[in-house]
Amino acid sequence: MNRQIFFRQWVLLMLASMLCMGRAWADDEAPDAFIKRVSVDVLDTIKADKAMRNGDIGRIVNLVDTRIMPHVDFQRMTASAVGPGWRQATPEQQKRLQDEFKILLVRTYAGALSQVSDQVVVIKPLRASPEDKELVVKTEVRGGGDPIQLDYRLEKTPGQGSGWRIYNLNVLGVWLVETYKSQFAQEINAKGIDGLIESLAARNKTNSKKV
Amino acid sequence: MDRVGLRVKNHMARTAMGAVAGLLCLSSHALAAQADPRDPFESFNRSVYSFNDSLDRALIKPVATAYIKVTPHWMRKGVTNFFGNVGDVWYAINNAITLKRQATGDSVGRVMINSTVGLLGFIDVASDMNIEKHPADFGLTLGRWGMGPGPYVVVPVLGPYTLREVVAWPVDYTGNLVSYVHDIPTRDGLTLLSALDLRASYLKAGEVIDGAALDAYSFTRDSYFQRQRYRLYDGEEPESPEPAP
Repeated sequence: MNRQIFFRQWVLLMLASMLCMGRAWADDEAPDAFIKRVSVDVLDTIKADKAMRNGDIGRIVNLVDTRIMPHVDFQRMTASAVGPGWRQATPEQQKRLQDEFKILLVRTYAGALSQVSDQVVVIKPLRASPEDKELVVKTEVRGGGDPIQLDYRLEKTPGQGSGWRIYNLNVLGVWLVETYKSQFAQEINAKGIDGLIESLAARNKTNSKKV
Repeated sequence: MDRVGLRVKNHMARTAMGAVAGLLCLSSHALAAQADPRDPFESFNRSVYSFNDSLDRALIKPVATAYIKVTPHWMRKGVTNFFGNVGDVWYAINNAITLKRQATGDSVGRVMINSTVGLLGFIDVASDMNIEKHPADFGLTLGRWGMGPGPYVVVPVLGPYTLREVVAWPVDYTGNLVSYVHDIPTRDGLTLLSALDLRASYLKAGEVIDGAALDAYSFTRDSYFQRQRYRLYDGEEPESPEPAP
């Protein structure tokens, strides 16, 4: 009889811990709250940092690397932008593509962020159902001049990080991955995957000299 | 006389052959690269783009940069707001004839508030009241009425457009209040100032694009088409499913 009681307690314990885990899963942040948190965090950091406001790109690059990139599914972005050539690329080529593309985007994003002065981010009402594994969060950056529409495509990553990761970005109606898809296709058609890697590396080199 | 006639004919024949050869080269070059169906004049457009870029770097960008340096921020803001108000008048009309109720209401409201409280538009009171701007030129109106954008054209000095927008220019001209100014030097001065204001507002964006693009021409073109589509559908464009990598 002791064993039966013990067994029942054990089952109850297992059930309870499963419920707890389930609830932690459901506790993943809402996607719009997630975007708001990250956006506000980044903007506030820039506004408070004098060096960044004066255009210290190096510091902003670091900010983007540490506060934004962990929330980005960069492999998916690169694979989408490279297109059918991705699967034919060797793992080494894939890694180099990812690395160079990352440097390019981080630098570009940092350049855009260096112009932040007193902008605020407004999150638009979320139009998605709770079961969506992928959705779009629309935001608007208001402050200096006309408002800028900034939309994010998110994929659900339950249990990982904040539960959501960014895999595409839209500024004023222009999707990042789509634009780079044609940029990359042009290079691949002309010079192949290695040619694309070289072009990216060359572009990054030129950009780093501009600082 | 016969010899002269023969020489002229020879010369003409050679020129003609040269022209045909040149055209063949151009068209074969266009075909060799991945032809974008939206850009049938790509070779020509690239040349014009190149020219515009050189002109911009040599002249327009330095002038716009100097403009920013020598004018106080509040004055530039006033200029931007003034021309923005002039624009809102035309936007209101275009939004009205395409039956966009919210946009028309907002645009009319903006004009009324900014022209009065905003002192002829120099102060953008309406934006402080969160009344949105809804840019809409006649090119957009044609698009809303069902006209396709047509081929991509890069216009000398003026930059990238689609044929639909170019066709709409004369109508846009009649909708621009500045064109009704009688005194020609004033009218030209205002036109130049508005162009300068526009260029200055895009200086930073231009720098970002310079660093971000592998090929500035196609980057500009693809962004242009995406942005045009976005504006046509008011940000609610039908989503095309993303193919898996």
